Amino acid sequence: MKDALGSVESVLVLGGGSEIALATVRALVARRTRTVVLAARRPGELESVAGELRAAGATTVETVAFDAQDDAEAHGRLVDDVFDRHGDIDLVLVAAGVLGEQSRDEHDGAAARAVVGTNFLGLVSAIVPCAERMRGQGHGTLCVLSTVAGERPRRSNFVYGSSKAGLDAFAQGLGDSLVGTGVNVVVVRPGFVRTRMTEGLDPAPFATTPEKVAEAALEGIAKGSHTVWAPPVLRYVMSVLRHVPRPVFRRLPL
Amino acid sequence: MRGNGSRPGGAIPRAAPDLGVADGEPTLLTGWGRTAPTLASLHRPADAEQVAELLAQPGARGLVARGLGRSYGDAAQNAGGRVLSLLDVRGVRGFDPKSGLIAVGAGFSIGDLARLVLPHGWFPPVLPGTSHVTVGGAIAADVHGKNHHREGSFCHHVRAFELVSPGGEQRTVTPEGTPEVFAATAGGMGLTGVVVEATLQLVAVETDRVRVDTERARNLDDVMERMERGDEDYRYSVAWIDCLARGSALGRSVLMRGDHATRAELSGGERSGAALGFSPPRVLSAPPGVPSGLLSTPALRAFNEVYFRRSPRREQGRLEALHSYFHPLDIVGDWNRLYGPRGLLQYQLVVPFGAEDALRQVVERLAGERAPAFLAVLKRFGDGRGMLSFPIPGWTLTMDLPAGRTELAPFLDGLDELVAGAGGRLYLAKDSRLRPELLEAMYPELGRWREVQAGLDPEGVLCSDLGRRLGLGGGSRR
Ligand SMILES: Cc1cc2nc3c(=O)[nH]c(=O)nc-3n(C[C@H](O)[C@H](O)[C@H](O)COP(=O)(O)OP(=O)(O)OC[C@H]3O[C@@H](n4cnc5c(N)ncnc54)[C@H](O)[C@@H]3O)c2cc1C
Ligand SMILES: NC(=O)c1ccc[n+]([C@@H]2O[C@H](COP(=O)([O-])OP(=O)(O)OC[C@H]3O[C@@H](n4cnc5c(N)ncnc54)[C@H](OP(=O)(O)O)[C@@H]3O)[C@@H](O)[C@H]2O)c1
Repeated sequence: MKDALGSVESVLVLGGGSEIALATVRALVARRTRTVVLAARRPGELESVAGELRAAGATTVETVAFDAQDDAEAHGRLVDDVFDRHGDIDLVLVAAGVLGEQSRDEHDGAAARAVVGTNFLGLVSAIVPCAERMRGQGHGTLCVLSTVAGERPRRSNFVYGSSKAGLDAFAQGLGDSLVGTGVNVVVVRPGFVRTRMTEGLDPAPFATTPEKVAEAALEGIAKGSHTVWAPPVLRYVMSVLRHVPRPVFRRLPL
Repeated sequence: MRGNGSRPGGAIPRAAPDLGVADGEPTLLTGWGRTAPTLASLHRPADAEQVAELLAQPGARGLVARGLGRSYGDAAQNAGGRVLSLLDVRGVRGFDPKSGLIAVGAGFSIGDLARLVLPHGWFPPVLPGTSHVTVGGAIAADVHGKNHHREGSFCHHVRAFELVSPGGEQRTVTPEGTPEVFAATAGGMGLTGVVVEATLQLVAVETDRVRVDTERARNLDDVMERMERGDEDYRYSVAWIDCLARGSALGRSVLMRGDHATRAELSGGERSGAALGFSPPRVLSAPPGVPSGLLSTPALRAFNEVYFRRSPRREQGRLEALHSYFHPLDIVGDWNRLYGPRGLLQYQLVVPFGAEDALRQVVERLAGERAPAFLAVLKRFGDGRGMLSFPIPGWTLTMDLPAGRTELAPFLDGLDELVAGAGGRLYLAKDSRLRPELLEAMYPELGRWREVQAGLDPEGVLCSDLGRRLGLGGGSRR
């Protein structure tokens, strides 16, 4: 159960190897979280992380196989299996995602589809069964890692941006539909975060770290926020950018 | 449909006559602290029979009883399952004005009880800080009042109760006949069954006034010394500590002690009037949508300064109305809303006599800038009653805290360690955040309680959010 100060006892991570997710899970375990299920494409690679979390105080750490590209049926089975075996899951952290390669993806239908298929379709089919189980248990938080890039598609990464925009919109709508059920959806929109995903790229303004994003996400989970910006200033930056006329926006070096 | 049909939330019940009371209303529930809401189907049985019916078909996520929802945390919630409101089970089955024995439904409130029996010269044996608690909730939390040091907790005055167990069987539980079940249910947080009726021994009073002696204490040592020396002479005793005072004034307090005034102590005029009535003034309500910053530290510091200075250095024998002595906060209906949308929590600890150092450290840490508590209540406890009852002989300290501060979590975790290390514990009826690992150390009788609980509820039907969070009862086993 989530407690009065927003700590949770159990978490399922979709995309268990994500650096942002792991920073979040470490912070959770340092508080109260005792059950951690990491769902990832290659669960075997997470064994050392699992050991580290156990040493930090988690009593149950499990790694399970999950590929966002799998079909909806497989996702449903996986989610049911986790909820059945571990009892209530207080928090589902949706972190899987690929950045893709814009210069290729905008010319290659299959590559573009793989990005959208992972970031949007694949996560939607995994989120829906989680939301259903949480409705049934009468409580829970779904925390979805979106991005500022979904706020307004930019020519420099609109394949990724559009896939995240889809996910973001879906999560917001789901959050509204879950009002009154005891289940809350938190959409986290980080800017540039220094992780594997952005390795080799030039940091954008307001670049931040996985630990900072984790902190903001946990605060949002505790508060029951709908949207979390990391760093917070991006909320204002984006609200300006959103209103820049398209011909101008197109020319911005973003 | 049956009953009066006025379900909380004002929703119109679905037309499903054959389902009757089993057809609950989906309702988001919280405790008094308004933190961590969860959804349950709220049922409102009209009598013991309907309670039994519900217990016989508990649904997949079990059920738990609920009274007036005055526990601060998640004790009377059951996410995804059923919650049984006992508020319609409130009949008076018998009252003997000679002996002061009364049998009432579990949904009867302590305030209503006081109103009912006071004109006959009787009074509830134990009053918590609000009169809006039910008899069922008072048994399940084994509540204490300002008289604990002399007269024990609520269940010390319970002669018998009717308990409906999973499966629907009803039994009469008494301290002599079924001591184990009695001691597991007293303070058992609703996880041993649903209490539908209780027989209580009231205390005799002559008037509706309390004679109060007030004194100011310079600091924590001073107030503790005064309490050790004088508490036995008073039926009721409580001290308010200014948590913002530091240095040599650390723990400065106002000590208020008293007893029921006798007829002889009332002045002529008061004596001749209708002497016995318990009529709290009209309930006001806090303005809706209060911003969370209202209770800022500078404002509170100023308030405490005024409060402390205004209190007499020493005053003897002031006569106060019962409700104003016992329940000064009850006139503001939903003052918990003053804490804003993120709600509040109450931290109540007890440490055994001899662990005064731990208590001093707690007050020191509170006075440090980090905790936004401004007033704490200090009391001395006598003997405990049930296996999970909160009181043990020692010092209890209580404070309200706004839940909206992230740094509060590690701060309170630190206090927990201190309290557990000193052989103390936290009060489950107030808890909303304890780390489950500390429960065993805090409640040495937990093992025995678990055995009795499992015997009464082998299928693990009795589930609450508190139980899931801390690993108590059915929620921890299914
Ligand atoms: C302002 C304020 C001051 C307070 N002061 C004090 C104090 O001085 N001393 C003290 O001891 N407590 C105090 N309390 C706490 C309060 O007395 C307890 O939490 C009490 O249990 C609340 O009763 P309730 O009817 O509201 O029960 P709820 O909060 O609805 O339920 C509390 C627990 O009782 C169980 N329960 C309720 N009814 C039944 C039943 N019929 N059968 C079985 N289980 C049942 C529930 O399952 C739950 O576990 C205070 C609370 C407030 C808000
Ligand atoms: N880094 C940033 O600047 C930034 C900014 C805003 C938002 N985000 C978002 O934050 C989330 C986490 O990113 P991160 O920075 O922590 O990067 P990361 O470490 O690369 O994490 C992304 C994770 O997604 C997993 N993944 C990729 N494809 C998958 C698939 N088909 N099925 C299952 N898992 C898959 C990866 O697992 P493998 O190990 O199997 O590859 C990886 O663990 C992502 O959703 C990302 O879009 C990141």
